[in-house]
Parts: sequence; structure tokens; C-alpha cells
Amino acid sequence: MQMSGAQMVCEALIAEGVKTVFGYPGGAIMNVYDEIYKQKSFEHILNRHEQASVHAADGYARSTGKVGVAMVTSGPGFTNAVTGLATAYMDSIPMVVISGQVPLSLIGTDGFQEIDAVGISRPCTKHNYLVKKLEDLPMILKEAFYIARSGRPGPVLVDIPKDITAEIGEFVYPAQINIPTYKPSYKGNDRQIKKAADAIKKAKKPLLYIGGGAVLSDAAPLIRELAEKTQIPAVETLMARGVMGAKNPLLLGMLGMHGNYASNMAMSETDLVISMGARFDDRVTGKLSEFAKYADVIHVDIDPANIGKLVDVDYPIVGDITKVVEKFLVALDGVDPENYRAWREILNRYDNLHPQAYEDSDEVIKPQWVIERIGELMGEEAIITSDVGQHQMWAAQHYPFDRPRQWINSGGLGTMGFGFPAALGAKRGNPDKTVINITGDGSILMNVQELVTASEYKIPVINVILNNHFLGMVRQWQTFFYDKRYSETDLSFQPNFKALAEACGGIGYDVTTKEEFDTAFKDAIEQDKVCFMNVAVNRFENVMPMVPSGGALYNMLLEHKE
Amino acid sequence: MQNIRRVISVIVMNESSVLARVTSLFAGRGYNIDSLTVAPIPGSDLSHITIVTNGSSRVIEQIIKQLHKLIPTLKVIEHEEMVEKEMLMVKFPIGENLSDIQALSSAYNGGIVNVGVDMVIAMVADEPVRIRHFVEAAQRYNPCEIVRGGVVAIER
Repeated sequence: MQMSGAQMVCEALIAEGVKTVFGYPGGAIMNVYDEIYKQKSFEHILNRHEQASVHAADGYARSTGKVGVAMVTSGPGFTNAVTGLATAYMDSIPMVVISGQVPLSLIGTDGFQEIDAVGISRPCTKHNYLVKKLEDLPMILKEAFYIARSGRPGPVLVDIPKDITAEIGEFVYPAQINIPTYKPSYKGNDRQIKKAADAIKKAKKPLLYIGGGAVLSDAAPLIRELAEKTQIPAVETLMARGVMGAKNPLLLGMLGMHGNYASNMAMSETDLVISMGARFDDRVTGKLSEFAKYADVIHVDIDPANIGKLVDVDYPIVGDITKVVEKFLVALDGVDPENYRAWREILNRYDNLHPQAYEDSDEVIKPQWVIERIGELMGEEAIITSDVGQHQMWAAQHYPFDRPRQWINSGGLGTMGFGFPAALGAKRGNPDKTVINITGDGSILMNVQELVTASEYKIPVINVILNNHFLGMVRQWQTFFYDKRYSETDLSFQPNFKALAEACGGIGYDVTTKEEFDTAFKDAIEQDKVCFMNVAVNRFENVMPMVPSGGALYNMLLEHKE
Repeated sequence: MQNIRRVISVIVMNESSVLARVTSLFAGRGYNIDSLTVAPIPGSDLSHITIVTNGSSRVIEQIIKQLHKLIPTLKVIEHEEMVEKEMLMVKFPIGENLSDIQALSSAYNGGIVNVGVDMVIAMVADEPVRIRHFVEAAQRYNPCEIVRGGVVAIER
């Protein structure tokens, strides 16, 4: 069928089953927007900043497992999208971003709103394309979606010059795809799995170390089955919260810089690390030479480059976690859970010694209390997004995440301003779920314009602002390591958050007591409008425990003494 | 960890920006490039990139895996036993002893390839370590310009 390049873009999105596109128009992408105007198969959400469009597509992808789609124009439209691409890249989120580009004849001339998008995005995309011929466009779009969701997922950029979207050509969307240079391995080597299973049987203190890959692979039911069958205790990374389920007695908690005592001690004392889709990030390992010092390492990862990158691996297994764990379940037939009883008892003692706890107060709202309270009220029902900082760590520590894809945060890149637009995407992808963005008074302002988007499209997400009038996490480091020189972290000057929400068509609540919180929260979940809950929390609360940067995991600060 | 030298051959799709993907990978991840050559593979839509690099064994392993991860990469060949050759051209003033230069060049698989009014150009092709020897030996004939071609290698 004959059609324009712009129509081809829409047809490809429809063929890929895309229901929602987040974006922002501009000169170089106008031809595509003209076709979006004419079609009815998918909706377009106009965010108020391109960064928010990409984060929204990202939140949509994380919460649904589908490929998120964002669309931006050339030049500043694209550069605004870069933070979103990098955020998705670091957390391996499947996403296709389509950007307009100046016409082919102007490329390289420093034309108006021209920037080298493929050059800039090369290090923060899984792959990217500059379309140079209309006839290549259908296959490029097909490949973009395939590459985004297959193997280790990631964002793919397709940069399309304006004259290509205007040109008319023959459109046949390819049914098959064959990229001879790109063949991800999914199966996992049987012999390696057998050897690893034998190592598990021989181990005295094995530990499941579960990362974000388990979420991406939808492996949670099988991983729970594996833990159940073997009675091997588990720790989760920040990205894996929800995989084991908060009520699971085998889950010790989150490990790493703000991990709990039992998790970090388990990793320090284990004799066999069973890593499932984790990548030994520095925020997890602390000092590498002390990390899992007594352990052999089984590393299951779909990306071979992750294996052996930071830690020597004894049993490398390249493959999809779901497929590998299926094989482990067979290979571990006959394993005796009694083997690990003594180990579980040691870890239980550690957990009782220093449980994940905080000192509550009657005078002031503790941020941890807010998280716990939301957990009590919403539990498994809500999707929780977050920004980056103290509130993010408290949410990860204290919310009872019961299922994967319930917890959505920027783990790898640590992008402030991620939570609110990601919540919009998550809500669009899960209209029947309550979506709550747990944020801080610093982060929320980094994409606060999305109040308008949320109001226009009636996307009723709740933003719980844990307001300590500080850039809290940086302030915490300044308290601990910079002799309390609070350089540029005091956020005492603030907008009127309640009025700000209302000015944009939302609802605002000022909360200063627990009772007010309950009343406001119950009201907020009944609303069909976007909400800001401005919760005044204890100013100098610290995220505990803490492994100082570069320190060994077992050297945690458990409490901060003045 | 001790740095080791490695010659890595990368077979990639011959498409636009593929070389940029390879070199920006090295730049972005802080790997070293000692030399790099690239040319299309005859009769195919592929290109052959030969990279000489150095780093710890962990870094070398990462380089190979990261190269492999690039979507247009078909194959990454790394071998301790590669047959390596490097080409080199030197411009000498015409007043130097031409028969000496001819003899020297032919000892390194080359010879005089061009003679002009005031200069003579010699070309040699040999193993990288021998190329270094040639450069040292050529110094006594006052070379005015030396161009090294970078290493190409093939699995033995």
C-alpha cells in the first residue's frame, strides 16, 4: 500500500499493538503528528515536557511489561528526551522513542533544531537508527520494537528526517525479522546449570541474590517456587522489590547501601551466591574485595557482559531467568532443605538482632511511618512509583511489596523527576490500580508541570510528598561526611504545594499529623483528580542502616548518634 | 592486574555509524585503542575491524563482550595466536643512499614504491615489532615523514 513515511510510523505502532503514545510535537515531527490526528487506534498523551513523555512511556513499560512508546521532535525535543532514554537504559526497560530530525538535505549544516541524535544517544540506548531511506523505515520500526523487548531489554531510538515522513512509498510491515548479528541466548547451558545445581546441593550457606532481571523476565513465580523447594533464603536488590513477596519468610529484605542488617550480613557470610538477574552494582556490593568474600558465585544473566564484569564468577549461566530457573527446579530435585536449616537460623538471629525498624514519634510524622501506613492501607493493590533520594530508600525498605512490577523507580541512573511522569504511564497502563508516587520536596519539582498533563487527561495519581524542606539524601551525606555543611540542600523556600496542585486542576492536602494523613489519604484515593499530599515529616531523619560509600557491606552504620 | 596487549578482530555489518559505535564504546568505557584499522570484507556486506588494545584481563574480557553486544556485530575474534602485519610508508630525501634504502626495505617485506624529484618513498609490511625495528633502522637515512597503517590480523 502506498503511504507517507508519517503514515508508516502510525501503521507500525498499530501493528505493534501500541495503545498509548506519550509525546510532544514540534517542527520536524509534524508530519507524524498530522497522521496521529487522523487515526483512532491509539491515544496520544501530551506531556508538558519531553523528559516526562519518555519517563511516562518508561513507567508504562515497567508496569505492564509492554514496550513503551514516546515521540519527540528534533533538537531540544530530543535532548530533553535524553535523560529519559538514559534512565530506561540503565534499568533495561523496553522502549521505542521516535524523534523527528531535520530534512536529510539539512543534516550536517547546523540547521534549525538540528542535533546529532544518534550520536548523543549512542551510549544511552540499546540501539539507535537514523532513517536515511523511506524504504528502510518499515524494517527499522519492526527491528526497533524487536530489539527493545528481546534479550536484555532496553530503549531504542528511531530518528526520522522530516522529508522521509513526507515522502510517499510502498508500505508492507515485515512479518518476520532476521538480524543475523543479533541472536540473544535464552536457554542457558544445561551442563553449567547441572554443575551449578550440584554446587547448590553441596553448599551450606547458599543465598539467592535477586535483581531487576527477575522482574523483566517475569520470573517471580518460578523464583518463589525455587526458594520454596530448596528453602534457600533470598535478598532482593532495589530493582527486584516484590519478586519474593513481602510476606515470604525466606526473604531477608533489600541488600546494599541501605539494605537491612540480615541481608547484608547474609551476603557477607554466604558460601554460594545465586545471582538471578542482578549486576553487582556498586550501591549493592560496597567494597568489592569484601563482597561475598567466602562465596562461590552462580551468575544467571541474559547479558553475557554482566557476567564477570565486577566479580569473578564460578558458574556463569547466560540465559533468560525464567528458562534457567525452570531447569534449576528439575536439576534440584531431591535437594534437602534441611541442609540449610542452620544457615536460616543464623540469619533469623541477625534479623531479630537488628530488624528493619525506625523510632516512631508522636510529635512529628516520621517518613517511614507514612510508607508503612500506605502499605497497610493499600498493600498489594497499589502501584508505587518513586523519585530519587531518601523517600525512595524508605519506600524500598518499608513498603510491603507483594508482586513484581508493583514498585517502579529509577535504580540505575537515579533520576530525580522520574516518579510523577512514570506514575502517569503506570496509571495509563493499569487503569484499575491506584498509583501512588512517593516523592520528596526536591524531586517533585523536577517534573511538576505534569500536574497539567494529569489534570487534562484525568489521570488520578497520588503524589505523596515527604517534605523535609531538604534535599534529604544529600543533606544526610553532608551530616555524616561533610561536617554538617549544608551546601545548597536547604529547601526552606518552597511553593505552596496545595495551591500549586489546585492551580493546575488537581487537589492539594497539607498534612502535619497522622490523623490528617489518614483523612487526606482516604479522601485522595476516592478522587478522580491528581493529588498532592504535602506531608511535613521529621526534617533530620536519616535513612538507616547505611554502608558508607566504598565500605564493606558488613560495616553498616545502624544508627546515627549526634 | 597486569596489562596485556590483545589484537581483536571484529566483523560488523558495513552500515553507517558502525565504526562510531565501536570507537565510542572504547571512549565511553575508558578502554585503550593502540591501533585500529577498518575495511570492507570483499564480496559481502560486512566490514573487518582490527583493534589493538591493552588492559587487564578483566578489561579485555569486557571489551570483547561489549563489542559483541553491539547490534551490528556479527563476530568478535580474539586469539593469542594471530598472524599480524602492519604496513608502513616512509619518505626519504632523494640524496640518501637509495640502494641502502632499497636493501633495508626489502629486508622488511617492502621496497621503494615511488621516486620523485626530491624524495623517495619506501613501503614495508611486517609484524608490528619488526616495524618498530625498521623505524629505528630508517632513522640514519633522515626520514622526513613516516606513516603507519595500523595492525591487520588474521586467525592462524
